[in-house]
Amino acid sequence: MTDTATTERPTGLSGLLSRITTGSNAGSLRTSLTTVASSLAAVAIALSICAVLLLVTGKSPVDAYSTILETAGDSNKLLEMLRRSTPLIFSATAVAVGFKMNLFNIGVEGQYLFAALIAAEAGSRVSLPAVAHIVFILLVAMAAGALWASISGILKVYRNIHEVISTIMLNYIALSVIQWLFENFFRDDTVEGLNVKTTIIAESGQMPDLVDGRLNAMFLVALATAGAFWVLVYRSRFGFRLRASGYNPNAAEVAGIGARRMVIAAMLISGAIAGLVAMYSVIGETYAYGPSATPTQFGFAGITVALLGRNHPIGIVIAALLFGFLDSTSAVLQLADVPNSIVKVMQSIIVLAVVVVNEATIRRLNARTAEQMRAQTDSGEAS
Amino acid sequence: MTTSTPPAVALDGIWKRFPGVIANHDVTLSVDRGTIHAIVGENGAGKSTLMKTLYGMHRPDAGTVAVNGTDMHMKSPADAIAAGIGMVHQHFMLADNFSVLENIILGSEPAHRGVIDAASARADLTELMRTVGVTLDLDTPVSELGVGERQRVEILKVLYRGADIVILDEPTAVLVPEEVDELFATLRRLVNDGTTVIFISHKLDEVLQVSDAITVMRQGTTVASVAPADIDRAGLAELMVGSELPTPGGRTTDIGETERLTVANLSVVGADGRLVVEDATFAVRAGEIVGIAGVEGNGQYELCTAIIGLRPATGTVIVDGDDISTASVRDRHDAGVAYIPFDRHREALMLNSSLWENGLLGREASPELSTGPLVNIGAARSSTRDIIDRFGVLTPNETVPAFALSGGNQQKLVVGRSMITEPAVLIAAHPTRGIDVGAQAAVWAELRDARDAGCAILLVSADLDELIGLSDTLLVMFDGRIAAEVDPDDVSPAILGGYMTGATTGAAS
Repeated sequence: MTDTATTERPTGLSGLLSRITTGSNAGSLRTSLTTVASSLAAVAIALSICAVLLLVTGKSPVDAYSTILETAGDSNKLLEMLRRSTPLIFSATAVAVGFKMNLFNIGVEGQYLFAALIAAEAGSRVSLPAVAHIVFILLVAMAAGALWASISGILKVYRNIHEVISTIMLNYIALSVIQWLFENFFRDDTVEGLNVKTTIIAESGQMPDLVDGRLNAMFLVALATAGAFWVLVYRSRFGFRLRASGYNPNAAEVAGIGARRMVIAAMLISGAIAGLVAMYSVIGETYAYGPSATPTQFGFAGITVALLGRNHPIGIVIAALLFGFLDSTSAVLQLADVPNSIVKVMQSIIVLAVVVVNEATIRRLNARTAEQMRAQTDSGEAS
Repeated sequence: MTTSTPPAVALDGIWKRFPGVIANHDVTLSVDRGTIHAIVGENGAGKSTLMKTLYGMHRPDAGTVAVNGTDMHMKSPADAIAAGIGMVHQHFMLADNFSVLENIILGSEPAHRGVIDAASARADLTELMRTVGVTLDLDTPVSELGVGERQRVEILKVLYRGADIVILDEPTAVLVPEEVDELFATLRRLVNDGTTVIFISHKLDEVLQVSDAITVMRQGTTVASVAPADIDRAGLAELMVGSELPTPGGRTTDIGETERLTVANLSVVGADGRLVVEDATFAVRAGEIVGIAGVEGNGQYELCTAIIGLRPATGTVIVDGDDISTASVRDRHDAGVAYIPFDRHREALMLNSSLWENGLLGREASPELSTGPLVNIGAARSSTRDIIDRFGVLTPNETVPAFALSGGNQQKLVVGRSMITEPAVLIAAHPTRGIDVGAQAAVWAELRDARDAGCAILLVSADLDELIGLSDTLLVMFDGRIAAEVDPDDVSPAILGGYMTGATTGAAS
C-alpha cells in the first residue's frame, strides 16, 4: 500500500532528459499558451544575457540588436533565413522523431553526410525524367540515412548499446567512410583544384528554385516533412505506439507494443529524415557532393532546434526560422563590427534558457493540474 | 524487559493516509530495550509504512512516536539516525566499487582537517566487529561479497553510526538457511549488548525462533502483541490473515462447462536460472473466478506475465480452444486475453498523457478506434468517456493527464480499459490494491458482472477477504509451485496461512 496520487515522475538525469525530450502532454489551450509564453520569455532572457555579454566585450548591444532588426526588413535576408532554416527543419524533425520515444539520435550529422554522398553519386549515375529523377535522389538519400541510423538501432536492440554512444561513434566512422568512398570511388577526376566534387547531377535531377538563385523548393519539402511528422506522430496508430513506448515502455510492452521493433522503426524514420538535411545543397545549389561544398554541423544544430521547438513540428519550424534568421544576420553583424560569433552564443543561450524555463513551467503546470483535480474530486473520494 | 525503564520505541495511535488509501490506522507498538521484536503481517498490512514512520521517512498524520521515553517529531531519516535508530533495507544500498571500510564510513567519515582518517575508522570497526562477532575483510570491494556478507556490511554501517535501535526489513528474504542462522546469532549478540532489534518478516517459523516479542499487523493496524512462547505457528497465521472471513458472495449463475483458459505444465525460468514458476497446471472455465493466494514473490507475477506473453515460458496456454503458447502479446490480446497489471504506474499508465490516450493504449488497433492507419481521436475519446462513466472515474473530463487522478481513480481507469473489451479471459492482478473502499466495491461488482457474463477470471490478490469472497476455486502458490487447491467456501485462515508460508504441503481441500 504505497500508492499516492502525487505526480510520480522519473528523477535524476534520465528523468530530466525524458522530461526535456517528451515533455508534458496536458493538451489544453491554456497549457499551450503557457508553453508558448515560456518559450518567448526564454528568448527574452537570452537576449538580455547576450546584451550583457556584448557590453562586457565593449560592444554596443543597441547597435547589434538594431543591426539585426534592420535585416528583418530586407527581403533578401528573409529569403536567406528561409534557405538556412531548410536543413534545420529536417535535422530537428529527425532528432524529434527519436526524442518522441526517448531515443537521443546524436548521429544525424553522420547520417545526413553519408546520405548526401550516396544520393549525389546515385543521382549522377542515372538518367530519369525530371520529377522522377528528383524523387529518386530523395529516396536514395532517405534510404542511405536510414541505413546508417539502423546500425545504432540494431546495436541498441540486440547488444544493448546506448544510442548516444553508438550514434556519436558512428558520426566519426561516417566521416572516414565518406572520405574513403569519395576519394576512391566517387570523386569526379575531371575536376582539378580544391573544389573537388562528385559528378554533377543532370538537370533533370536538379531541384527547381522558388526564387532564382536564393531559395529552392527543398524548403517546401521541409515544410511538408514537418507536416508529415505531425500526422505520423500525433495522428497515426504508429505514432501513438511510438509515443507510448517513449512515455512508458513497460506499459507499452504490456499493451502488446514491441519496444524493440519501435526502437528500430524510430531510428529508421529518424535516419530517413536526416538523409534529407543536405539535399537543399546537393540537388538545389551545388548539384553534387563535395567535402568543402556540402555544409556540415547541421546535425548538432538540429538537436538545439528540436529542443527549442519542444519536438513539435510547428515549434520546430518556428525555431528553425529563428535560427535561420540569426544565422543570416552574421554577415551584416560583421560589417557593423560586432563579432558574428555572438550569433552562436545567442543561439546556445536561447536553448539553455528554454530548457530551464520549460522545466520550471512544466513543474508549475503539473502541480496546478494536480491541485485542481484534487479540489474537484475531493468531495467524492473517501480517504 | 523491565517495567522501570521506558520502552526503546513506543508508537501510539499512529495514522498515515495517502490519497485514496489509509495505510496505517490506530497503530500501537511498544518495543522493550534489548529485545528482538518481530513485526509480522501480510503484504499490504502496513508494515513498511509503519517502519517509514519510525525511520522519519514520512510524518504520521496522527499519533505519537517516542524513543527511549522521549516524544520525537522526526522530519527525516537524519533525525532518526540522531535518535539512535538505524535501518537495514531489504534492498542493500551499497556502493559496489567501494571497499567494505569505505562503504561503512560513507556518509559519516571520520575526518581530520578534511582528510579521511582511515586508520581511526579501521580501529573503531575492528573493535565493533569483535563486539558483534562478525568477521569481514575491510579492504574487500563490496562487489566481491555474497549477499549474507553484504547484509553484515549494512548492519555494521548502521551500528557504526551509533544506532542502538536497529530495524531490519525482511532481512532473511535474500538469505540461504546457513546465512539466516548466522544472522540470528549476530542479532542475539547485539541484544545481549543492549541493542534493540526490530525485525520485519512474514516467515512465521523464523519469527517464532528468534524473537522475544511479536506484534501482528493486519489491514493497516496492529491487531495483537504476543510472546512467542504463548502461541504456535497456526495461531500466528490466523492472526495474520484474520479470523473472521466474510461469507463468499452468493452467485446467481452457474459456472460454465467449457474451459476458456487452460494452462498446462507452464514453467518460467528466472533471471538466476532457477524455476520461478514450476509446472503450473490449471483451468478457468466460463463464468468462473479462480483465485491465486500466496505471499508476494512466489511466482504469481511471473505466472501472469507468462500467460499474457510478456515472458518466455515452456508449457501450454489455450484460450477458447486456441493454442496461444507461442503467440505474441498482441496476438494473445486479440485472442481475448486482458490483463490488469500488478503495478499500475509501471505497467499500465502513461502518467503524463491524457486519460483518453491511456484509455486507448492496447486498443489502438481495434477497428472502432481507428480510421485506416490513423487513430480515430473522436472515437477514442468517447470510448474513454464510456469507461469513465461506467466505472465511476472521478475526473472532469478525458483530457486531464493521468497523474492528476488519485490512485483509486487511476485503477478504475485501468480496470475499465481491460474490461470494456469484454475479454474471454481476464488476468486480474491486485485489481483493488491501494484503492479506497468505495472503489473496491465498484471493481468487485464489475468482476462479478464479467464473471456472470461468461468471462474466465484469474484473480491474484494479497487481500484474502477479496480472494475468498470472489473466487470459485482457490489455488495457493508457494515457491513457484501451485502448492494447493482449496475450496473457498470451506477454508480456514489457519489452513490458508499454512500453505502460503510453506508450513503445510500437499493437496487438500
